[in-house]
Formats: sequence, C-alpha cells, structure tokens
Amino acid sequence: MRHKDFFFWGTFACAVTVIAFITLPLVQMLAAPSLEVLVETILDKDVLNSIVLSLSAAALAALISFILGTPLAYLLARREFRGKRLVEGIIDLPIIIPHPVVGIAILSVTGRNHWFGQLLTDLGIRIMGSVTGIVTVMVFVAIPFYIKAAKEGFDAISPRLENVSRSLGASMFSTFFRITFPLAWRSMLAGIIMACARAISEFGAIVIVAYHPMIAPVMIYERFESYGLKYSQPVAVWLISICLILFLLLRILTSRQKKSA
Amino acid sequence: MIKIENLHIQLGGFDLHDINLHVAENDFFMLMGPSGAGKTILLEAIAGLVPVKSGRIKVAGQDITRLPPEKRGISIVYQDYALFPHLTVANNIRYGLRFQKIEKNERDQRLHQLLASLNLQHLANRSPETLSGGEQQRVAMARALIVKPRVLLLDEPLSALDPSLREEFRLLLKQLQQQTMATILMVTHDFAEALALGHRGAIINSGKIEQSGRMEELFQRPQSTMVANFVGMKNLFAVTISGEDAWVENLQIQLGHSRGDGQGFIAIRPEDIVLSTGQLQSSMRNCFQGRIKQVISQGFYYEVHVNVDTISFCALVTKGALLEMELGEGEDVYLFFKSTAIHTF
Repeated sequence: MRHKDFFFWGTFACAVTVIAFITLPLVQMLAAPSLEVLVETILDKDVLNSIVLSLSAAALAALISFILGTPLAYLLARREFRGKRLVEGIIDLPIIIPHPVVGIAILSVTGRNHWFGQLLTDLGIRIMGSVTGIVTVMVFVAIPFYIKAAKEGFDAISPRLENVSRSLGASMFSTFFRITFPLAWRSMLAGIIMACARAISEFGAIVIVAYHPMIAPVMIYERFESYGLKYSQPVAVWLISICLILFLLLRILTSRQKKSA
Repeated sequence: MIKIENLHIQLGGFDLHDINLHVAENDFFMLMGPSGAGKTILLEAIAGLVPVKSGRIKVAGQDITRLPPEKRGISIVYQDYALFPHLTVANNIRYGLRFQKIEKNERDQRLHQLLASLNLQHLANRSPETLSGGEQQRVAMARALIVKPRVLLLDEPLSALDPSLREEFRLLLKQLQQQTMATILMVTHDFAEALALGHRGAIINSGKIEQSGRMEELFQRPQSTMVANFVGMKNLFAVTISGEDAWVENLQIQLGHSRGDGQGFIAIRPEDIVLSTGQLQSSMRNCFQGRIKQVISQGFYYEVHVNVDTISFCALVTKGALLEMELGEGEDVYLFFKSTAIHTF
C-alpha cells in the first residue's frame, strides 16, 4: 500500500510539474499586457499586417501540403515497395533539421548561382525576401506533419472497403472519393491543422529567407531586440490568441459534423 | 464458367502456383484448406484485387486476367463483411447500382426485393456499426447481389457467426443460390460446412491445389494424406500392401480386394469403426482387440482412442452407447470395421 502511494504521488508530482512548466509562462505572458496596450497594438498597421501575413501564408502552405501530400500519404499507406523506408525517412527530414539550416538549404537551390534558382528568376519567381519564399519555407517544414496524419487516417481504413467498392463497379477515382475520402477526411483535417500550426510557428528558417515582408514571429523578435520584452509581448498575445481561436473554431465545426453524420 | 489456368500469384509471404480450377455455371464451389493456405488471396486474384504473375483467369470464355476489378462483374463478400461505416444499410446495399446503367424503377425494385428476402427492411436506415454479426452479414450479401454479379465470391462467410446463426445462414445461402442462379465460389476452412453446402470443391494447401472434384469424392477418396486429414479421416496409416492385405507394422488389415503390392496409405473414417465389449457375430472382416487410451467429449458424441498394440485407432461413439457399454479409459474393447470402409491411396 505504501509503495502504491509512493508511486501515485510520484507520478502526480511529475504531472503537476510538467503542466505548470507549460502553462505558467504562457499565462504570465498573456496576462502581462494591459487591455489598453493590446488595443493599441492591434491598431498598429504593421502588427496587423504581420499577423494577417502569418495566418494567410500558413493557410496557403497547409493547402499546398494537402494537395501535394495526400497522394503520397495514400501511396505510403497502401503500397509496399522497395525504398519505402527511405521515402519515409526523407519525409521526416524537415522535422529534424535545425531551422536556420532549412533556410540556408532553400536559399542554396533558389539562389542565382544554382540552375534551379536561375530558372526561377527567368520565370519571374523570387524566393528571397518574398511571400513566395515564406510559403515555400512553410511548406517545407509543415508538409511532414500533414503527410503523417493523413497516412495514419488512410492506414485506419481497411483496404477491403476499397476492394469491395471496386468489385461493385467503382473505378479507383470513384472509390477514393466515395469511400476513402469520407472516412479519412477527419484525419486529413487534423493534419491540415497541424501543418498550419507548424507553419505559423516557423521562425528560424523564415528569418533567413525573408526578413521582410515581416511575419508575426519575426516582428515579435524584432520588437524584442530593439525595444525589449514589454513591446514584444502584446504582439505575441495577439498571435497566439488568434491562432487558438481559429483552431478551436475548426475543432468545434468538425465535431459538430461528426454528430450529424 | 470460371476457368483458371496455371495461375501463379506471388504476394507478400504467399506463393500460389500451378493453380488450375474449373467451376461450372451455377455451381456452388468450395475452396477449402487450412488457415494461411492462400485461399483469400486466390479469391482476390479472381476479383482482380491482387496482381497475378502468370496464368489466366477466364469467366464465361472471356479472358479477364488483365481486366480491372470494376469491369469483371464479380462480387466479393469478406469474412469481416467490410460494410461502409459512413453509409446506412440501404445506401450500403445500393452502392453498386450507381455504377451500372439501370433504370430507377429497376433499382428500387432490386433494393426492396433484397431487403425483403434477407429480412432487412427494418434496418434500412440504420448505421452498420449498430448491427449484429448476422445482420451485417446479410447486408454484405445484399450489397454483393444487387449488381447481379456473374460470380459471387464468399470469404469464410460463416466463420464469424455464432453457431446458432450458422445453420440459419447456411439455409439462406442455399436459397439465395437457387434464386439468383449465380455461380458461387466460397472459401472455408471447415470441411463439414463445405460438405453441407457445396456441390464441388477444391482443397488448397501451401500454395497449390491438392485435389479438386465432387464433394463426396473428396470426402470418400482423398488422394493425399493432407486431404485425408483435412476431410476428417482420423485413422490414417502408412501401410505395406501385399495381396488383399495391408500391414500397419505388424497389424494385418483385410482390404477385401487386391490393389497391387507396395507402399501406400489407408484411411478409415472414425464413424465407420464399431466398438463392442465382446466379440460380435458380424460380417465385418476386421476385428481387433485393444485398450482404450482416451475418451474425448465432442459434444453430442465421444471420440474414443483405442490402442491395438502400438497402433492408435479413433472411433466415434454416441453418449448413450458409451454409457451402455461402460467404456472408460484403460478398459479392454473390441473394434470392428468393414473392408469396404477402408480407403486406400
């Protein structure tokens, strides 16, 4: 009994420590700026623009991840092939590479010295210091999260459902849209949200590729560097509040549909 | 109807080779074999769901080996039913209709007919997850039949059902087969089930067909020890045959006819062996005295294992007979069987 108690209180203490460790700094930061300062901050055009840019670029990156990542996720869930492990390893790479390295890597293929960068310049596409560059970096860091979530969703669907559908006369396309997608869309949406969240939080790679136009994390960093903690806090509060509300809304929206379905 | 020629399938750990089968139109064909023999893979190959390495599959004279599954007109019902969880029962059943050119009247008629004949009307708007195993099974059958397939493939349809439902579903299957006149190919690992339902069948083991033919033939004249074991020939012995006698070690068994000398096997069904506590006045040629080693309850009957010298026979006895003769382990007993009950191969 004593041992059990010791075990229980031990785990309990660890749990409390972890939760406090995560919530305390966040709550402190959220509570720090006064309402007046918050209002003043959001009325600042630069702040508003940076937040809008962060959100829209991240949404676009998530959309691109969805379009490009879905077929790959499906392939990984359904087929066994030589080199599958390697492909999965490559998809994991953006998660493990240090963020500034990602930025440098992207610049090294898109720079003028590289044939690919030359090609992009000829096409009139600029990566360095542009929204295109920001979205590119975001897709790079976010797409693994989408692919993993979508693959998990596809894995959970028995291939037999697709087999039955096809034997009943449905083509592969019809089968995907009538059976696979309706059963996997929740996982896919979860993946989109994760990819979006990851894209919004990216700083290290973006600051190298595009300091301007300024996304919210870069602005927070700049204000902290030039003016100090007090001036960066309100921007941070606005960024995470808006993100939390958006994700919360999405959650509510999807769980409602689950009930009606 | 279905003709499979030299089929070779290699997939994952499975390697099916030299598969040759012929299934006649309107046949109820049983594909039997132990678990892991590759039965389901063969079904999926016929439906076009797994790639084929070589060989050909023909349906009604048409080579379908390279045809995509949706163009084959072959329905498959899986062991786990594989109902679409996001569709209602009626929409599950209706699923295949949209891909065919069928008038609306005809569609509705087919749906209602199937709902009625499978007793599913009251479940039409339910979600498949809320159904019992037997109900799910009937939905899966209706979904497969609504497109009027040329061939219906059934993957162990009875194994996931309660024993009480099995009998019911067996009757339903027979009835459906007569109604739809579809050619049915059914996979099972249970020989008794196959015997009750099928006309003809094949036994598949470790990637190849061991034997195929009429069910009674498989049952009575197995051509290999594997088939004999599978169909429940418990008394299976390697023998030396000379003249009209077969020798199991030092035990002489009379075959009643000569069959060519040499090595071979004999098999005797356990229900063909009669036990008695004394000598019988009987025409049965083979009579041995032995000692009961073990009595195993099989529900309605008992399996009695009798040692004659070093050789172990197995006989089936009803509970009544067991009690009447007071058979118990360690008791001495006589066993008899007719020479016509001996199957040699």
